[in-house]
Amino acid sequence: MFHFSNIVRTKGDPKIVEGGPSLKRPEDQLARALGWFSIGLGVVEFFAPRRVTETLGMEGHETLVRTFGVREILAGIMTLSVEKNAGLWARVGGDGLDAAALLSGLTADNPKKGNIALALLMVGGIAMLDYRAAQDTKPQRPPRDARRKLYPNRSGYPKGIESARTAAKQIAANATAGRT
Amino acid sequence: MKALVWHGKEDIRCDTVTDPEIQDPRDAIIKVTSCAICGSDLHLFHNYIPGMLPGDIMGHETMGEVVEVGSGVDRKLKKGDRVVVPFTIICGECDQCKRGNFSVCETTNRKRHLADKAFGHTTAGLFGYTHLTGGYPGGQAEYLRVPFADATHIKVPDGIPDEKLLFLSDIFPTGWQAAAQCDIEPTDTVAIWGCGPVGQMAIRSAILLGANQVIAIDCLPERLSMAEAGGATTINFENESVLERLEELTDGRGPEKCIDCVGMESHVMASLPDTLLDRAKQMVMVESDRPHVLREMIYVCRPGGIISVPGVYSGFSDMLPMGAFMNKGLQMRTGQTHVNRWTDDLLRRIEEGEIDPSFVITHTVPLSQGPEMYQVFRDKRDSCVKVVLKP
Ligand SMILES: [Zn+2]
Ligand SMILES: [Zn+2]
Repeated sequence: MFHFSNIVRTKGDPKIVEGGPSLKRPEDQLARALGWFSIGLGVVEFFAPRRVTETLGMEGHETLVRTFGVREILAGIMTLSVEKNAGLWARVGGDGLDAAALLSGLTADNPKKGNIALALLMVGGIAMLDYRAAQDTKPQRPPRDARRKLYPNRSGYPKGIESARTAAKQIAANATAGRT
Repeated sequence: MKALVWHGKEDIRCDTVTDPEIQDPRDAIIKVTSCAICGSDLHLFHNYIPGMLPGDIMGHETMGEVVEVGSGVDRKLKKGDRVVVPFTIICGECDQCKRGNFSVCETTNRKRHLADKAFGHTTAGLFGYTHLTGGYPGGQAEYLRVPFADATHIKVPDGIPDEKLLFLSDIFPTGWQAAAQCDIEPTDTVAIWGCGPVGQMAIRSAILLGANQVIAIDCLPERLSMAEAGGATTINFENESVLERLEELTDGRGPEKCIDCVGMESHVMASLPDTLLDRAKQMVMVESDRPHVLREMIYVCRPGGIISVPGVYSGFSDMLPMGAFMNKGLQMRTGQTHVNRWTDDLLRRIEEGEIDPSFVITHTVPLSQGPEMYQVFRDKRDSCVKVVLKP
């Protein structure tokens, strides 16, 4: 079986013969996809805000779109990081902001209100994915009040801590005596 | 053979890989009998330290039996010998090795051009720890090739269980060096941030080196209970102010010696704004490390004191209070551990029953369960402190 990672192995080092199972779950893959999507969308919003506002008939709101772009990029980076759960919740919140901004443009006199409706539908769909991924990737750290095993008997000194302390004092005393 | 292989962020798998072979006359092959997951492996698990490549074998705390030696190993090691493998690969001949500065051996990093660029000068090769330090396959595996094996080993006697000896590979000498480089005086208070495995070893080392008072700081009850068992007074930083408690316990003078057993992934807490800022900067890659503990240590340390840093840092830290550091006349002592500088003494202390490092083990599982244990250890589930893997 071919393993891409074997290409960079130093000659003679162990190479993968058969890959073992990965502990990555489908929700981790979903989070990853959403993270990259977030960055992609953010880049478009940041560098081409005019395209976005024109499509939505909301010209004049380029600065807002740019800000949203930065938000998308940051949320995306967070979603791809170890704190993916926080990133996903940030995205859920962002989806709310997106929807609110779109609704404000959904006026009777906007000739592009069809596009806005479409965009709202999309935001709704993505929001559902964000929410599901956020739910499923909850950190598995035990809660603060969880019952924990305690280790009051693991001193590590087979002869007891007092003996350890005394021995150390003895050595210190000898050292001082030697110095003076 | 089976080995724990890094495939990316939070993705370690138990793969089948080809067995290691003798590549150089000074090599030896070890059949691994026990290995462990180290806190610093979690930095790699999180992909915070650059230089890992998919396919790298993890692990730098390993012991076992010599099954094959190269022609250049001489009589220093032979088939059947029982050895603990130090995580720093050493040649034993270069100027630094001769000075006992084993972790900065000038010979063993086979990718030294990377380290020369990143750090200015190369440091020793390390097992299972990024290509900056040689990209050597690690010891969370059934077999391990040990380069420069004539020098890179700690011979251990039969009749003592693996569990008591395994930590000579890293965390015991690491905790010991952290305390030893504090030059502890009999009147000293030693404050130790972080009660993970290295913190636990540092606590016992400080006691054995004669500290008057040892104070341990963490937020996990199970780790604090273990610290207390080892003779430390504890501070739970989620419930009480570290600064206030340290002042109280030292009559307002501050601890003479401070040890950072946390490193670059300092706990992020809303009540400590600098930790939030560090985490944000780390995420967008304008800062690689989160040095909250360093800042706190510099602030509380008694003037003229020593700050000892065994915790791992990888790159750049922001907003270190150099003003306080300089004006208080502090010294910082740090470094990867010069394992073999300490191990003769530490082995003797284990043999004489002065200390038994196995107290720290909370989980022992087969190697194949390693990937799950990375998560358990990271999330501190099931009161996990130290995981030993059995191939
Ligand atoms: Zn380690
Ligand atoms: Zn050397």
